[in-house]
Amino acid sequence: MTSSTYALVSDRLVLCAMVVYVLAMLSLAVGSALTSRGRRRAAVADRLPSAVALTAARGATVTVDRGLPEPDLHGSSPRSAPGTTRLTAIGTSLLGLGLVLTVAGIVARGAAAGRVPWSNMYEFTVVGVAAFMAAYLVLVARPRTRVLLAAGVWIAGAAGLFLGLALTVLYTPAAGLIPVLDSAWLVIHVAAAIVAGGLFTVGAVASVLHLVQLRRERRRGVGSASSRAETLEQAAQTAYTIAFPIWTFAVIAGAIWAENSWGRYWGWDPKETWAFITWVFYAAYLHAQATAGWRGKKASWLGLAGYLAFLFNFIGVNIWVGGLHSYAGV
Amino acid sequence: MPATSPTILARWAWRQLTSMRTAVALLALLALAAVPGSLLPQRNVASDPGAVAAFIRENPRISPLLDRLGLFEVYASPGFAAVYVLLLVSMTGCVVPRCLKLWRDSRRSTPAAPRTLVGTTSGRRVALETDVSTALDLVVPLLRRRHRRVRVVDHEVRAERGQVRELGNLLFHLSILVLLAGIALGKLAGFEGRVAIIEGQSFTNSVAQYDEFTPAALTDVDALEPVSLTLEQFDASFAGDPESRGEPRSFEATVRWSGADGEEAEQVIRPNAPLDVNETKFFLTGHGYAPRITVTDGRGEVVFSGPTIFYPIDSSYTSDGILKAPDARPGQLAFQGLFLPTAEQVDDGAPFSSFPAPVNPRLLLTGWTGDLGLDTGEAQNVFTLDTSNLERIGGGDDRTMLAPGETMRLPDGLGSVRFDGVSRFANFQIAHDPGKEISLVAGLMLLLGLTVSLTVRRWRVWVRVQPDPQVSTGLVIVEVGGRSLTKRRSDEQALAAEIDRITDDLVEATTPIPGRASTREHEGAIQ
Ligand code: HEM
Repeated sequence: MTSSTYALVSDRLVLCAMVVYVLAMLSLAVGSALTSRGRRRAAVADRLPSAVALTAARGATVTVDRGLPEPDLHGSSPRSAPGTTRLTAIGTSLLGLGLVLTVAGIVARGAAAGRVPWSNMYEFTVVGVAAFMAAYLVLVARPRTRVLLAAGVWIAGAAGLFLGLALTVLYTPAAGLIPVLDSAWLVIHVAAAIVAGGLFTVGAVASVLHLVQLRRERRRGVGSASSRAETLEQAAQTAYTIAFPIWTFAVIAGAIWAENSWGRYWGWDPKETWAFITWVFYAAYLHAQATAGWRGKKASWLGLAGYLAFLFNFIGVNIWVGGLHSYAGV
Repeated sequence: MPATSPTILARWAWRQLTSMRTAVALLALLALAAVPGSLLPQRNVASDPGAVAAFIRENPRISPLLDRLGLFEVYASPGFAAVYVLLLVSMTGCVVPRCLKLWRDSRRSTPAAPRTLVGTTSGRRVALETDVSTALDLVVPLLRRRHRRVRVVDHEVRAERGQVRELGNLLFHLSILVLLAGIALGKLAGFEGRVAIIEGQSFTNSVAQYDEFTPAALTDVDALEPVSLTLEQFDASFAGDPESRGEPRSFEATVRWSGADGEEAEQVIRPNAPLDVNETKFFLTGHGYAPRITVTDGRGEVVFSGPTIFYPIDSSYTSDGILKAPDARPGQLAFQGLFLPTAEQVDDGAPFSSFPAPVNPRLLLTGWTGDLGLDTGEAQNVFTLDTSNLERIGGGDDRTMLAPGETMRLPDGLGSVRFDGVSRFANFQIAHDPGKEISLVAGLMLLLGLTVSLTVRRWRVWVRVQPDPQVSTGLVIVEVGGRSLTKRRSDEQALAAEIDRITDDLVEATTPIPGRASTREHEGAIQ
């Protein structure tokens, strides 16, 4: 294939991925609507004492009998109708398919341009979607962060929206690199930033859902240690905790690259400054989670402040502020 | 607030300053304090030296106020410094004592289990049909798999893991201080400078030869690395395909340099690939055109000859420049020039450059004659021309467009100008930062410490084995509990999972009798 065929194939794959994400969103939305109706009905049954409820009360449990069903601590109701869980499963599989298509699109793009495919806003966005979708699917497969299943609709919607923006507003044809971007540190620095960004995005979605759920639970007067809000918060914390060292690495790699190309490793360029602001907000978040009086709601807001700084760095700085990094090409 | 004696007050203030709550607040404050500097242009920041002056010119009303508030120098302002100094003091005062305590703790043995193990967040209790010493023998290897310092005291097993996490935490926080030391050293003893060199010309590393030189407080400006270099050739290539036409593709500056001990070499400097002579580095940061022009005056004498740097003003390298010939007679001469590497003209419109490479180079000149003011001894900027005492040659006709080799004859016997051809120049940023290695090491320490502190889980686990108080059953009661010593919730979950694993493995190893075990279940649930 010639490079222009690769470019065309890449664009088509990204378009398909976008469509698949939208389908996933629909499937997940219907699934979750049906589930919450099912849960309301099941709520009546919840008041009856049951063996499950007893085993679920951690800390006062004696259990050797493995014959009892696993207690459900993660918020997904085991009582929902089989059809609805199937819709959720289909939606999640579609997300996986979307990821495969996105990655294929990225690979084809790399083949078309003859370089790593992350060096302008269009490519950052597409690779970023792949990164956060991968982060999401990995986290959702782990029992401790399974609660993120509830965030699937939003994740799918965000992926579809980002790809839509990429294909319309940010689109740039595949081409070679301008010389200052031609560096191994670029590959490392940007790749790390994108991976961290993917995890930050998943964490931000979980944090928003956590805040929403917190309000809902407060109104209803629930709020035990195993509440749904709590599990969402834990999922967000896991995402941020993995992302933070990766982001730190991205900033250090960026400093090394800057030293290599401009002779100084830190110069308060707007891009650098916002990377620093992002870093400091997430450091504040990690502290808050270990500080009485800051855990929970306030901490989530700090995490979201970090995400806003990250987003502004990616979008706002490129478009409105400029600086040395502005050659990234909008 | 207790307002008794000054010592008590001071101690109270210190406790407040070094509390985690203060740390969170100061971190949030630091993030916010960094924002204005990214939205307003800053002095002494590398990207664009003229940005502040330009902003002040465009916003004359609010600029003096912004300036008085220090908003053009945010990162060097006392307010910003106050936030990070407080943060660093708070950090040191918080983390160091904490780690000293940890050091003492780690030399002591794991404390005894709390009285009710089942009451800990993830505690469990099982009844096993075995005897106490067998149960203890089974428990110890189960704990050894993931814990250190497993110790049996009476009927209790104590185990601990993850102390290295605190070491990571200390390493991380202290490396921030080291990083600051590295930055400070660079700011105190390094330098940064800029110079533009035309093909064929040379540069010697001494302050006088720089276009711009910014030393730090302790830089010894007379002891710069003795190196000189000549720009032999500069090559640039640009994309020609229609979609990305004119985008740069490669820049290469070929230089010949010689250093202190007579070593001499030729090297190609590219973006991201500087020339490094004993830690003084030459970075290629830009390039442009220097048209070669010869000016002959009315007497037929050559009063100006050679390449002149023209600065690019757009991405197609339309460039402008000034040349002055004060020795010209009968009148002094000066020219404002516009250089177009690939000149194009649509109908009668103004000529423009459509491509950055010199495909169709043209030079447009506007001539002036009169008193250049060069004799007054006042410092003159070579890049600006004060035309107030000058008269426009040709009375304001359209500028003449010259191709290489062409000559323009000036009216009134003033002389002539010849466009000989075009050379290129390259911009170099030259920097020396003696604190760089320290900062790099600090960065790596920071990353290592952070990774350890975020990935290692630290907790204590206790297992208590007791004979069943109801002697008749012949069972032993095993309680398993733990305490996470980090405040992360995911660590609590992991601890709970570990306690489940230990309990289940223990249960499996002793094959309990299901009927009896389930009778114990209700008792436990009620407790
Ligand atoms: C210079 C700014 C600071 C930064 C960038 C920073 C960053 C961090 C980060 C990212 C963590 C997370 C590591 C973990 O959870 O194990 C952490 C933990 C910690 N920080 Fe800081 N910190 C700073 C200042 C401070 C200050 C001022 C204090 C004390 C007042 C402090 C005390 C602690 C403590 C005690 C922990 C461990 C928390 C835990 O037990 O989970 N730090 N810090």
